[in-house]
Amino acid sequence: MSEVALNDTQLRTGEAASRAAVLKRLRVSDMIFHALTRSAAIAVLVLLSGVIVSLVIGAAPALGTFGFSFFVTETWNPVTEKFGAVAPIYGTLVTSFIAMVIAVPVGLMIAFFLTELCPGWLRRPIGIAIELLAGIPSIIYGIWGLFVFAPFLQKYVQPFLIDTFENVPLLSSLFEGPPYGIGMLTAGLILAIMVLPFVTSISRDVFDAVPPVLKEAAYGVGCTTWEVFRHVILPYTRVGVIGGFMLGLGRALGETMAVTFVIGNAHKVSASILAPGTTISASIANEFTEAVGDLYTSSLIALGLILFFITFVVLSCARYMLLRLQRREG
Amino acid sequence: MAQSRTEPRLNPFYAGRRRRNAIAKGLALAATLFGLGWLVLVLGVLFYKGLDGLSLQVFTEMTPPPGSAGGLLNAIVGSLILTILAVLIGTPIGILAGTYLAEYGRHDKLSSVVRFINDILLSAPSIVVGLFIYEIMVAPMGHFSGWAGAVALAVIVIPVVVRTTEDMLTLVPDTLREAAASIGLPRAHMIVRIAYRAAQAGIVTGILLAVARISGETAPLLFTSLNNQFWSTNMNAPMPSLPVVIFQFALSPYEEWQKLAWTGALLITVTVLALSIIARSLTAARKS
Repeated sequence: MSEVALNDTQLRTGEAASRAAVLKRLRVSDMIFHALTRSAAIAVLVLLSGVIVSLVIGAAPALGTFGFSFFVTETWNPVTEKFGAVAPIYGTLVTSFIAMVIAVPVGLMIAFFLTELCPGWLRRPIGIAIELLAGIPSIIYGIWGLFVFAPFLQKYVQPFLIDTFENVPLLSSLFEGPPYGIGMLTAGLILAIMVLPFVTSISRDVFDAVPPVLKEAAYGVGCTTWEVFRHVILPYTRVGVIGGFMLGLGRALGETMAVTFVIGNAHKVSASILAPGTTISASIANEFTEAVGDLYTSSLIALGLILFFITFVVLSCARYMLLRLQRREG
Repeated sequence: MAQSRTEPRLNPFYAGRRRRNAIAKGLALAATLFGLGWLVLVLGVLFYKGLDGLSLQVFTEMTPPPGSAGGLLNAIVGSLILTILAVLIGTPIGILAGTYLAEYGRHDKLSSVVRFINDILLSAPSIVVGLFIYEIMVAPMGHFSGWAGAVALAVIVIPVVVRTTEDMLTLVPDTLREAAASIGLPRAHMIVRIAYRAAQAGIVTGILLAVARISGETAPLLFTSLNNQFWSTNMNAPMPSLPVVIFQFALSPYEEWQKLAWTGALLITVTVLALSIIARSLTAARKS
C-alpha cells in the first residue's frame, strides 16, 4: 500500500517538476522570441541611422573643403579637384518636375477612369497592367529609352518643338539647341512613365475609399460624373492624393538607372530642357567607380547625402499626409 | 426637326455641363490608353529585340570580350547567387521585425517609429544604399566583393518583407490569438504555430515581391559587387550580375554586346513579371 502511495507521490512530484520545467522552457523561449523580434525592429532603425552616419562621414572631406560653396558652385572638375553640386541638383529637380507635370494629371485621369467609368470586369486587368508598368526594372526603361525612345524624340519630337517655339519668347530658350535625343526632357519623360503607376495606384486606392453615400448624394442632386469627381471625390481625398504625388516624386528624385542612360552626363546648367545634363543619382552611377582621389569620391558621397536628405523630406511629407487620411478614415 | 425632342428643353447651362462631362470622360479614357500604350510599347520592343538574340548559347557561354559572340552564363549565375544570399540575409530580419510590429508592439512608440522609418527605407533611392554599403564594407575591406553586393540587396529586401509581414499578420483574426492564449500557449508559440501558419501565403508573397524588386536592381550593385567578366563564385571577389552586365553592354559601341544586353533585359523582365504574377495569384487564391 505505502509503496504504491510512495510511487504515486514520486510520480506526482516528477510530473510537477517536469511541468514546471516545460512551463519555464516555454517562458524562456517566449522571452527569447520577443527579444529577437524587438532587436530586428531596432535593426531597421539602426539601418537608417547607419545610412545617414556613413554618408555624413563620407561626405565630410568634401563639405569641409568646399563648405557652403559646394551648394552654389556649378564647376565639376576632377582634374583641378573643384566640385560643386549645382548642376546635378538642378538636373534632378528639372527632370523630376517634368515627370510630375505629366504623370500627375494623367495618373489622376486614369484613376478617375478606373474608379468611376470603367466597367467592373475591366477594372482588375487594367489595374494590374498599370501596376506591371511599376514592376518593370528601371534598367529596362534605361535601355529602352536609349535605343528606342531617344532616337524617336530626336527625329520627330525635338525638331518639331524647336521649330514651333523658335519665335515665342521664353519658350524659345526652353527648347533651344540641337536635338540630341538624349537630355533632360527625355529623362523627364521616361521618369513620367515610371512614376505614373505610383500616382495611379495610390489615387485609385484613396478614391475607392470615398464613402458611397457622399457620391450618391451628389448624383442625387443631379451632378455629372465629372462634377462628382471634381467637387466631391477630389476634395475629400485631397490629402491622400497629394501624399501619393509626393511618393511618386520621391521615386523620380532618386531614380538612377533609367536616367543615367539618357541624361547625357554633362555637369552644366542649361535653360534648354533639350540639352544634356546630369542628376545626382546619374553622376554617382557614372563616376563613382572611376573617381580617383579622396576628394572626388567624397564629393560624390556628398551628392548622395543631398539626395538622401531631399528624398527623406519628400517621403516624410508623403507618409505624414497618407497617415492623416488613414486616421480620418479611422 | 432632326434634333431630338429633349434637346430644345435642355437649358444651355446644363448642356455646357454635359459637354464638360463628356470631355472629361474622353480624357480619362485617353489617359488610360496612353498608360497602357507605354506598357505595350516597352514590352513589345523588349520582346522583339530580346528574342532576336535569345539562343542556347546565352545560357551556356560566358560574357564575351568586345567584338565576339558569347553568352551570359556567369552573369546569370552571379545574379542568382547574389539574390539568394540577399534573401537569406534579409528575410529573417524582415519577418522578425514585421512580427514585432504586428504582434508584440502593435501600439507602442517603438513600432510607430520603426513603421515610419521602414516606409522611408522602402522608397529610399537604391543608389544611396550602394553608397552606404560601399562605405561600411567595400572601403574597409579594400576591394569590391560579392558579399557587399548581397548585403546591399538585403538592405533593399528588409523593408519590403517587414511591410508585407506586418500587413499579413494584421489580417489574421484576433480570435485565433485569443483561442491560443486561452489554452495557455505562450505568445511566441502562438505566433509561430498559429499566426505564421495563417499568414503563410502572404508572407511568401512578400518574399517573392522582394525577389522581384532586387532581381532588376542595378544601382546598389555598381560599386559593391562591381562586375566580373569571368566565371566567379568567390564571394570575396567582384561578382558579375545580369543588371550590371546589361548596363555595361548597352552603353558599349559593340553590336554583339548590345544584343546580349537586350537579351539579358528580356530575361530579367520575364523573371520579374513572372514573380509578381505568381505573388499576386498566391494572395488572390487566399482571398477566395
